[in-house]
Amino acid sequence: MNKGIAVTGMGIISSIGRNQEETYKALISGKNGLSFIENFTTKHTELPAGEVKITNKELLASLKINPTQPYTRVSLLGIIAAKEAITNAQLSKEELSNCGFISGTSVGGMDATEKYYSDFENGVNTQFIKAQHPGFTTNQIANYLDIKGKIATISTACSSAANAIMLGCRMIESGKLKRVIVGGSDALTKFTLNGFNSLMILSNQPCKPFDDDRKGLNLGEGAAYLVLEADDIIGNKKVLGRVKGYGNANDSFHQTASSPEGEGAYLAMKKALKSAGLDHDQIDYIHAHGTATRNNDLSESTAIHRVFGNKLPEFSSTKGYTGHTLAAAGGIQAVMNLLMLENQEVFPNLNFEHSMKETGFYPVIIKKQKNLNYILSNSFGFGGNCTSLIFGKDED
Amino acid sequence: MGKLFYIDNVVRIKNRSIYNNQELLFRSELDIAEIDLFFKEAYQFLQLSYPKFFKMDRMSKLGILATEILFNKEKQDINTALVFSNNYSSIDTDKIHQNSIDQIVSPSVFVYTLPNIVLGEISIKHQLQGENVFFISEGFDAQMIADYTDVLLSTGKAENVVCGWIDLKNAEYDVFLCLITRKGEMRFTHKNLEQLYYFDNE
Amino acid sequence: MSDLRTELKVSIIEQLNLEELSVEDIENDEPLFGDGVGLDSIDALELIVLLEKDYGIKLTDPQQGKDIFVSINKMAEFIEVHRTK
Repeated sequence: MNKGIAVTGMGIISSIGRNQEETYKALISGKNGLSFIENFTTKHTELPAGEVKITNKELLASLKINPTQPYTRVSLLGIIAAKEAITNAQLSKEELSNCGFISGTSVGGMDATEKYYSDFENGVNTQFIKAQHPGFTTNQIANYLDIKGKIATISTACSSAANAIMLGCRMIESGKLKRVIVGGSDALTKFTLNGFNSLMILSNQPCKPFDDDRKGLNLGEGAAYLVLEADDIIGNKKVLGRVKGYGNANDSFHQTASSPEGEGAYLAMKKALKSAGLDHDQIDYIHAHGTATRNNDLSESTAIHRVFGNKLPEFSSTKGYTGHTLAAAGGIQAVMNLLMLENQEVFPNLNFEHSMKETGFYPVIIKKQKNLNYILSNSFGFGGNCTSLIFGKDED
Repeated sequence: MGKLFYIDNVVRIKNRSIYNNQELLFRSELDIAEIDLFFKEAYQFLQLSYPKFFKMDRMSKLGILATEILFNKEKQDINTALVFSNNYSSIDTDKIHQNSIDQIVSPSVFVYTLPNIVLGEISIKHQLQGENVFFISEGFDAQMIADYTDVLLSTGKAENVVCGWIDLKNAEYDVFLCLITRKGEMRFTHKNLEQLYYFDNE
Repeated sequence: MSDLRTELKVSIIEQLNLEELSVEDIENDEPLFGDGVGLDSIDALELIVLLEKDYGIKLTDPQQGKDIFVSINKMAEFIEVHRTK
């Protein structure tokens, strides 16, 4: 069995909470963060979304940033979450100076671009032009927090943060890095909302993952980061848990839809198990991607059945709480996984009523105490990019 | 470590020209702004028979053309990884989508507003199920790409890797993709990768 | 009548980037999602956009497309009944 890479800190912000504590409270009380969009004007006022109820103005003020500086929503949410992770890991200024930062995003600075696009022609707010760049967003977060090591930006749709975590683990395992902050950040934008609407996969109701009557997903926003550290530099720091294994594969079926057999998902889960040195029956719980689209939930269920056969572990999707936070999803799930491991409880799949006819699968629907050693966590992105991560407790 | 890997094949697409292992394979006489016609000419030159090509966005077309040359009509190992990067993400398609936001949005445009979709299209055409990742960086970071590719090959997570740079903005494209394998002549090092990228063909 | 069918074929070839097909290549009764024309799920969504843009018909459930987009004939029949443009 693989010992795994130590997680010494974590931070999270989403529509259910501004930090770990608020997030945990919401998760155990079944309180979802879905509402209607207020932070920008949209014709889609009927679509529920997991919007963080803090305006950019408030975010800037809380971080003491001058509003003329080109900080976009993705970088602001990212700063808050990464800051919490750094504080949680008690990283010193010196430790940050040789700490890497790998962040995933799909939207980059798009929230500002769509707001200021017409201004640019008049030479107004032009400092936001360069902020469109996803790499710029990552640099903004790193610069604000004085993270001075190697910086990288990953853009692989909804698996971005999970891939960032995987990359961080690889860099530590191969000795190329000793310490790295990994995760992702994404914000709600007209760009994404209108785009997803054209794919007809959004639901005008709170989403129902794995339910036979599911009608689609709700978009969400947020950011989450983990601090990963090599064993020889942890010192006395508390280890919150470990990333025991990971796997990535391409579904090679369609640009956005998943294959009926869930091939990419199947391969990613198998690879993760192999890299963790675990058998499938050692997994105690699956944190599913579970977006509540007709396509994903069936495909993912099929893949899960192919891996686990009759030994299906308990599972749930938390997207009924936060909505689908796109590139940040893998990071947000990671933080929740570590909260589950710490408290030995699993969080429920909200809004579930009827099993899918094709599978008869029943997710966890009420928060419950459970003996948890290993959690498998799925993040599948457009472009067929499928990633699975396995989290475990820190065992001495 | 200690295992050796090789740069087996290199493709460069820039300024209406396609180079394979630094030799000119194809040059178009079209005006530089006629990017879509250039893609069509290249498609015909390579004798591709893949109608889906014409539904793709420009980034995906570039990726399909480049890998067609790299793979040289040979069936690739299913566990071939794709490690790509660029500066401008999917901005070419993003703009098209952005311009339609207040009217009727096109789903077939929206699906391409992510840089990694090109990885999906290549995987679909060549039936690849290996790992794939897409990095955003200001310029081609040979060290990062080489490091990541090396990890995948050394740990046996990939049999072969296609790695490099595929960028597009305002009808200006810059593609540099290499097939990294376990047999060959040119050693795979970040220095070699960098030199190949900066090799000036003009 | 036949004008609508031709009009549809021209629109579909253009909208869906069916570069290697011409109007003569598409039979009125040919399955659009079969091997010949070979449309996929994203094309189906684009056809929904086409219905709205060109004929003022708004579909809310993508599943409705399964019956309407079977062939050029079926599409034309549906449009003739429901068009508002």
